[in-house]
Amino acid sequence: MSNILETIGQNRDSILQDWLTRLKTAVQRRDLISERVLESQASEMVSNIVDVPKGTTLEDFSSPAWQPLKSMLANLSVSRATSGFTPSETANFVLSLKPSLFTVARKQQGNNADELFALILIVNDFIDKLALHTSDSYIHGRDQVIARQQEEMLELSTPVVTLWDGIVALPLIGTLDSARTQVVMESLLQAIVQTNSRFAIIDITGVPTVDTLVAQHLLKTITAARLMGAECIISGIRPQIAQTIVHLGINLQDVITKSKLADAFRLALQRSGRKVVRIEKAPDSSANTQRGQ
Amino acid sequence: MERIPILRMGNYLLVTIQVDMHDKLALTLQDDLTNRISEVNAKGVLIDISSLEIVDSFIGRTLANIAAMARVLDAETVVVGMQPAVAITLVELGMSLPGIRTALNVESGMEYLRETVASHEGSDDAIGDNRED
Repeated sequence: MSNILETIGQNRDSILQDWLTRLKTAVQRRDLISERVLESQASEMVSNIVDVPKGTTLEDFSSPAWQPLKSMLANLSVSRATSGFTPSETANFVLSLKPSLFTVARKQQGNNADELFALILIVNDFIDKLALHTSDSYIHGRDQVIARQQEEMLELSTPVVTLWDGIVALPLIGTLDSARTQVVMESLLQAIVQTNSRFAIIDITGVPTVDTLVAQHLLKTITAARLMGAECIISGIRPQIAQTIVHLGINLQDVITKSKLADAFRLALQRSGRKVVRIEKAPDSSANTQRGQ
Repeated sequence: MERIPILRMGNYLLVTIQVDMHDKLALTLQDDLTNRISEVNAKGVLIDISSLEIVDSFIGRTLANIAAMARVLDAETVVVGMQPAVAITLVELGMSLPGIRTALNVESGMEYLRETVASHEGSDDAIGDNRED
């Protein structure tokens, strides 16, 4: 019975041809994968099945001899997950090999129905396990993609911008949770040290809701900045948020709040002894224009 | 025994903490500093903790105490150069140190001391002469 692998080996070319016709007629994503890549993947998989050491059986799926096949399929599903295939399309790649192998099994066992049935069960089981393995790897690959995107979003969402010498601003967009606040806090404090800024403006125009937790996080950030010798100004508080803050009983007495980023910036400039003035439209265009430092 | 040096600059005292503070060292500093303030009649104290990387609640409380004691002895205290990690730790410990003045670095700390001391003293003291408006 174990010589089914030998029979597969003898018929590898016909199996591959049969499989490829099925792969190509089934709905395959021509836009995502070229025919040539598909062919090379299929032939790699067939040779991974055929070229196992002697004595390996299809029943023994956990045997180390199947490791190359498993890792090849894992890589294949991860790359398919990243390029946008659906899970069923990915699993179908393996499952469509089944009929080709059944044909070979039939060729080997001829008309002996019992033997043929037993053989088909083994082949079926083997291919199913491969398909499950493929699905697992696919999901793993998807998870990796999601984790990476989350990380990127986290980094994208905390840009600290320098408005002026000694004044930094942190425009917050999206809901603040504990993990994000930690990143926000660290990057703001780091920026304060790096740029030697005495003023930090936290703009919460893009924060949809402020609850007690968010407020507490903000207050922590402000206190930490104060401990380092920088002053924080909160700006961009919308009317609804102002109402929520008061209803929740959050104490923002010790924090400077401004409704707009521009107001906060003006205050920071004023506190650092600067002023923005309009340039007088002088008729004689003298070279030394007055600029508000 | 290990001590933290206290430098005198005119009417101001400068303390630079370069080593990891342990409890005994903090208490010694508290003793030394209060003695020194009354000895030289200092008007301002600047504590630089930019090299301090580890704090606990005791050190935080000692810093607050030192500032309060200095104020009783008529000297302004400013703590400068706190590291982000230290600031976060103190906040997470629930110590916001409301009584302490802070500044980003020694330069802005000195500027603050000069301004406040000069505004307290009026113009009869020659030390705070180069203040800006």
